[in-house]
Amino acid sequence: MNLALKDIRFKFGRFMLTTFGISLLLMVVMGMGGIYRGLIQEATLIIDRAGADIWVVQKDTKGPFAEVSKLPRNMEYRIAAMEGVESATAFVSHTVQRDFQGRVIRMTIQGLPDDGRWLPLLKGRPLRDGHFEMLADKSAKLPLGTRIRLGKDVYEVVGITGQMNAPSGDAMVFVTLNDALSIQDDTPAEAIRSEREARVRRFDSMPYGSTSAEHAETLRSPSKHPAALPGRRISAVLVKVRKGWNTEELLRRLRELPDVSAHTADGERQIMLGGFVARSRRQIRLFRTILLIVSTVVMTLVLFMLTMDKVHDIAMLKLLGARNGVMIEMILTQALLIGCLAFGIARFLGQWAYPLFPRRVVLVTADLWLLFAIVVGVSILASIAGVVKAMLTDAGEVLS
Amino acid sequence: MTQALLAENLCKKYGRGDTSVTALDHVTISLNTGEVVALLGPSGAGKSTLLTALGLIRPPDSGRIVIDGTTVFDNGYRTDIRSFRRNNLGFVFQKANLLPFLSALENVQLPMQLDDVSGGKSRKRAMELLSQFDMAERQGFKPSELSGGQQQRVAIARALANHPKLLFADEPTAALDSVMGRKVMEMMKRVAHDFQTSVLVVTHDTRAIDVFDRILRMEDGRIHES
Repeated sequence: MNLALKDIRFKFGRFMLTTFGISLLLMVVMGMGGIYRGLIQEATLIIDRAGADIWVVQKDTKGPFAEVSKLPRNMEYRIAAMEGVESATAFVSHTVQRDFQGRVIRMTIQGLPDDGRWLPLLKGRPLRDGHFEMLADKSAKLPLGTRIRLGKDVYEVVGITGQMNAPSGDAMVFVTLNDALSIQDDTPAEAIRSEREARVRRFDSMPYGSTSAEHAETLRSPSKHPAALPGRRISAVLVKVRKGWNTEELLRRLRELPDVSAHTADGERQIMLGGFVARSRRQIRLFRTILLIVSTVVMTLVLFMLTMDKVHDIAMLKLLGARNGVMIEMILTQALLIGCLAFGIARFLGQWAYPLFPRRVVLVTADLWLLFAIVVGVSILASIAGVVKAMLTDAGEVLS
Repeated sequence: MTQALLAENLCKKYGRGDTSVTALDHVTISLNTGEVVALLGPSGAGKSTLLTALGLIRPPDSGRIVIDGTTVFDNGYRTDIRSFRRNNLGFVFQKANLLPFLSALENVQLPMQLDDVSGGKSRKRAMELLSQFDMAERQGFKPSELSGGQQQRVAIARALANHPKLLFADEPTAALDSVMGRKVMEMMKRVAHDFQTSVLVVTHDTRAIDVFDRILRMEDGRIHES
């Protein structure tokens, strides 16, 4: 006769309500772990998908995932001309926030060197034209055919991708490299005019003889002739090493260049995980630990209260000569059932709840097993208070 | 007639110093096999203290208790009291104290299952006991679905499940009406004679006093035979 199961059946509603409450707590704990995994996946998504062997970035910087990195647009061609380089592609990535149809949308704009055929397209098609087309991630909530102004141009959504989020969690949108640069460098016309005017005034105040008439003529011409503002800048150059070439050797030669730094793809990944993600990871881990402690305290209280309710029955069992093992088994069985059932319910509910979370939640089997083991441990730990109470219960309590 | 219980010089004090109360004052009591004995006395006389001492629930301060020839207490417990209680003693209280989540049948089966008796055997014995107390038809009922008298009958059946040498009853009729109270007392008598179990009943209820073989009175921690 299993007393624990008989007791549960007798108070089934209360048992299920208790279990459900704990399952909600566990769902949050599980979700926090999933958010952490999602964070890593989002953080390394671009590095992994870009498929570069080497990332060339601004001198003495760690690259676009750690800090601002700016390289001249022509760096791509300089590096492409180096021996041992299979291909060199400009990398442009920046975030914009726009009010669109009454809501605020944040997007990380990614410049594509190709049509984006390799992206996980859920709907629509890859880029076809060289300008004004865009592939948007589903999380941006921009349906196919949506037209949105970015900079001075209007872009049309021609394809929808899935699970493409930037490390910040913002939806990624993909445009051609040139379009990405145009959006990045968008400057109001008035700013260009003001800059040109300021330059002319500086020129006018120069002493006679120190300037040439030709120079004066050029400065007064339209901005496409002289650079009114600094030239276009890219964030990095992605390098693929030619087959048969030694990556380390190319890396060494790139590092010898006086105006750039170079990192391997794995190095960039480590920079990403060690910097931007590390703090979030610590925060999530701390939050998760606190939640686990809260769950343990709640479970301990619940099990202690369940035991308190049974003090009279436990005293009666002792009076009937029940061994301690009978009471321990009863409390432990209930604790483990609550823990395991709550874990199962949390996993089930999570399927529906996690897609509604603003950050991506990625559940990894190994993490789930670890959490399950922790839940079993917590259940056992939580039952200790109940077991101690049961052991201290005097058979004579039946008389009171 | 053999002696089922012998307790000698049992002493028990509650509290210390000036505020101490003597609950048992060198009490000596014996019960023969199959004897039904009533223990009467006013509140605070020490009846329940004596019952818990004899029932190996709470130890006396000093004295000696011999049950069925085994010395179980001699200024300290001399045996595994929980196991001894399981196999030799039965209890009935004012409240039936049935486990609410078990049926009548399971409540009677419980002491046997705690003693590792197989499910089939314990079920058969429990059914026999319930039949003897006219409760067979209600075997599947939970305690909350039974009347006070029915619960008490199940409690008596449970107390007899492991063939106890001694049955202790503490005010078993206090919560019952006079008709049901008398029935329960008569059951105690039947139990003593049919099962050769000695029964000690602590009671205030003198309406069914004729049922008992012997009546003991307790006052200020001492026993007087009447």
